[in-house]
Amino acid sequence: MPVEIYLNVAASGLLTGLVYGLMALGLSVIFGVVRVVNFAHGEMMTLAMYLTLLLFSALKLDPLVLLVPIAAVLFVFGYLLQAGLINPFINRPEHSQFMLLVAIGLILVNAQLIAFGPDAQGIRTAYSFDSYQLGPLIVDASKVYAAGAALVVAAALFAFFRFTLRGKSIRACADNYQGALVVGLNVKHLYALTFGIGAACVGAAGAMLMAVTDVTPTIGPSYTLLAFVIVITGGLGSMGGALLGGLLIGLTEALGGVLFTPSAKSMFAFGLLVLVLLFRPQGILGRKTA
Amino acid sequence: MSRLELRGVSKSFRGLKAVSAASFDVAPGGIHALIGPNGAGKTTIFNVVAGVYAPDAGEVLFDGRAIHGLRPDQVCAAGVGRTFQIVRPFAGLSVLDNVTVGALQAIKDVPAAKKHAAGIIEKLGLSAKRDLPASSLTLPDRKRLEVARALATRPKLLLLDEVMAGLRPTECDQIVAIFRELNRAEGLTILLIEHVMRAVMALAQRIVVLHHGEVIAQGTPDEVVRDPAVLESYLGEETEV
Amino acid sequence: MIARLADGVPRKGLWLLAALLLLLTLFPLFASGYLLAIGFLILYFAYVGQAWNVMMGFAGQLSLGHSLYVGLGAYAAAALYVHFGVSPWIGLGAAIGISMLAGAAIGFLAFRFGVAGVYFAILTIAFAEFARIGFDHFAWVRGSSGLFLPVANYTENDLWNLRGSPVMFYYLMLAMTAGAFVLCHALLRSRMGYYWLAIRESPEAAAALGVNVFRYKMYAVVISAAMTSLSGVVFAFYYNNLFPEQIFHISRSIELILGPIIGGIGTLVGPIVGAFLLTGLAEGLRELMLQLGIDVPGVKQVFYGLCLLLVIMFLPDGVWPPLARKLGLHR
Repeated sequence: MPVEIYLNVAASGLLTGLVYGLMALGLSVIFGVVRVVNFAHGEMMTLAMYLTLLLFSALKLDPLVLLVPIAAVLFVFGYLLQAGLINPFINRPEHSQFMLLVAIGLILVNAQLIAFGPDAQGIRTAYSFDSYQLGPLIVDASKVYAAGAALVVAAALFAFFRFTLRGKSIRACADNYQGALVVGLNVKHLYALTFGIGAACVGAAGAMLMAVTDVTPTIGPSYTLLAFVIVITGGLGSMGGALLGGLLIGLTEALGGVLFTPSAKSMFAFGLLVLVLLFRPQGILGRKTA
Repeated sequence: MSRLELRGVSKSFRGLKAVSAASFDVAPGGIHALIGPNGAGKTTIFNVVAGVYAPDAGEVLFDGRAIHGLRPDQVCAAGVGRTFQIVRPFAGLSVLDNVTVGALQAIKDVPAAKKHAAGIIEKLGLSAKRDLPASSLTLPDRKRLEVARALATRPKLLLLDEVMAGLRPTECDQIVAIFRELNRAEGLTILLIEHVMRAVMALAQRIVVLHHGEVIAQGTPDEVVRDPAVLESYLGEETEV
Repeated sequence: MIARLADGVPRKGLWLLAALLLLLTLFPLFASGYLLAIGFLILYFAYVGQAWNVMMGFAGQLSLGHSLYVGLGAYAAAALYVHFGVSPWIGLGAAIGISMLAGAAIGFLAFRFGVAGVYFAILTIAFAEFARIGFDHFAWVRGSSGLFLPVANYTENDLWNLRGSPVMFYYLMLAMTAGAFVLCHALLRSRMGYYWLAIRESPEAAAALGVNVFRYKMYAVVISAAMTSLSGVVFAFYYNNLFPEQIFHISRSIELILGPIIGGIGTLVGPIVGAFLLTGLAEGLRELMLQLGIDVPGVKQVFYGLCLLLVIMFLPDGVWPPLARKLGLHR
C-alpha cells in the first residue's frame, strides 16, 4: 500500500480522535470534580446523537449549529441527573455508584431503543461528500469541521475553568471537598453544574459525531468504553490529557484498522490502555496522587 | 545487643528532608519515647522502621538483623507491632474480628487466634464492645483497638504512635498501667511517640528528641528536660505560636 | 468438619437453608420446562455471583471483567470437546488452569504496579474486551462465526460428557451453587478469609498486622477466576453455542455482578437472594409485557433499570442485610 493511504488514515483518525477527545473530556471533568465514574457516558452520547438527528430532520439545521442547543439540553439533563440522583451517592462506595449509573445507562439505552428503533440512522449534510486536499492528504470536510468545533468547545472550557470565578470554585471543590464546604461554597450545586458541563461536552461531541457517523441505541456502551480508554490513557481528571488521549486512540484505532483488520482495531486501543495503566497508571498527563 | 537500632537513617520526600541521619537504639525490655515538635519526623521514623518506607540512607537493625527495605508485613512477622496515629480500624468488622486479624499473625488456627484475641480485648477493657462493629467505637476506644490489634501479633517491639492523644487523664493512666504491666510481665519493648508529657514521664526510661528530622538529644527524662538544645527547640516553637 | 462449619451459624439460618435446599431439590418434580430453565438461570447467577463476591465482597477488588473467566472456561472446555472429544470434566482442568493464569496475570500486573480502585476495574474491562476481540479472530475456535457443540437427542443423561436433559443441568448447577456456598463460608472463616476482609477494609492496617497484601489479593483473584470458569464450562455445554461477541461482552460482566450487589455485597446469602430477585424480576416483567400485549423491544429493560435504581437508592447495602436483621439472623 502506498504511504499516502497511511497518511490519510492517520489524519482521519486524528480528526475523529478530537471529537472522541471532547466526549472523553466530559467524563474526565466529571470524574476530576465529582469523583464519580459516569458509566452512562456513552448512553448520553447516543442521546445527543439522536437529538441531533431529530432536530436536523425537523429544522434542517447544520449539526455544527445544532451543537449549541444540544449541548444546552444535555447540560440541563446532566445538572438534573447529578442534583436529583447522583448527589445522594457522593459518599457511597464505588460499587454503589457504579450500580446507580449502570441502571441509568440501562434506562437510557432502552428508552432510546423504544423511541428510535434498533436500526442505524444517519444524516447527510451538504458537505458530506466534500473533501479537502492538502498535498498528498485528502481529508473529509465533515471531519475537519467536527474536529475544529471540538477544539473550539474544548478551548472555551479551558477558559471557563481558568478565568471565571465559577470555574475556579469548581476547581476548588475538586482539590478540597472539605475546604470548599468550609469557605461556604455550595458544593452540591457546583457538582451538579460540573456534571452538566460534562454532559454538555458530550452533547457537543454527539452533535458533531452525527455529521461523521451513524447511530444505533445499542452502541452507547461502546462509547462509554471508548471514553474510559481515552481518559485513562490521557490521565483521568486532566483536561489536556483527555484531548491527547482522544488523538492517540483515534490514531491507534485508525492505523490498527488498516495495518491489520478493521474489526480488530479496538484491540490496539485496549492494548495501549493496558500499557499506560501499567507503566503510568495516572495517565500520560495525569497528576500522581498518593 | 539492642532490640532496635537506627544507624544514620535518612528519608526525604520530594527533596524535603523528613529525617536526616537519625541514630538511636532501644534496649530489650526498655520503654523509650520519641518526642519533638510537629513535623519533626517522628512518624516518618516509625514508618521507616515498620517498612512503609525504605530509608534513603542508613540501616535499621532489629535484634541485630537488618530490616530496612522489608515490607510492612515482613517487619510485623519479624516481631514489630505498630499502631497508626490516624487510627485505621477495619470499620466493617467487629472488635473481636479486628483483633483476630492481628492474632492470626502469631497463631495460624482461627479458633485459637480468636481466643487469644478475646484475652487481649479483655486486657484493654473492650470486652463489652467485643461484638460491635469497629465503626461504632468512640475515638478513645478506637485507639485502644489499635493497641489491641498490634499486641495480638505478639510483638517483641511495639511502636505506639500517639495512642494517648485525646484520652482523659484517668483513661491515660489506665493505659499507661497496661503498658507497664506488659513491659514488666512479658518483657515487651516499647517505643512510643507521644505529646502527652504526663504519659512520657510516667513510662519512658529514655527519651529521644527529634527536631527538623535530626536527633538533638537523648537520655533519661531528667537529662532531656534539662538539655539546653531541647529547651530551645521547644521554646522556639512556643514563641512562634 | 461439618460440625465445625455449622459452628456459630444461627440455628434458624440452618433450618432456612435446609428448607431452601429441599425446595430447590424437589423443584424439577413439578416444574415445567420453562420454569426449569428459569431455575437453571437463577442458580447460574447465584453461582457466578458467589464467585465474583470472593474477589469484590471479600477482598474488596472490583472486577468489571468477569466475563473473561466465563468465556475462557467455556471456550477451553468446548474447544477440547469439539476438536478432540475430551470430556468437559477433563476440559475443566484446562478451563480452570487458563482462567487462573489469566487472573494471575491481571492481578500480578495490577497489584505490582499499584493499579487500584476505578483503574483496576477498568483494567479488568480492558482484558475482557481484549479477549472478546481476540477470540473474534481466533480461527481454531471458529472466531466470530461461533463455536457449536454437536447437539442430538439424548435418551440418557451422560454426565461424563455433559450431554443430557435440562434436569441434569439443573441438578449440576444446584450442586455447584451449594458447593460454592459452603466453600465461601469455609473460606470466610479461614485465616485467608479474615485477611481478605482486613485488606478490603484497610490494606495499610492489614499489612501492619503481618498480612502479605499482594499475596492474598492474588489468591482472591485466582480463586474467583477458577470458580467463575467452571460456570463457563457448564454454560457452554448447556447452550451448545459460543460467540465471543456474546460471552465476553461487558454486559455479561455487568449482568453477573448485579445479583450480589442487589442481594448484599460481601454476604454469603446476598448473591443467591440477588439471583432470585433479578431473574424473577426479568421473567416477571417479560410475562407482564406479554399479558399487556406490549411488544416493543426495550420496555422490559426500562422497567428493569428502574427497579435496579430503586433498590440501590433505598437499600444501599442490598436486600439481604436488612432482611437478615428482620429475620433475626446475624450476618
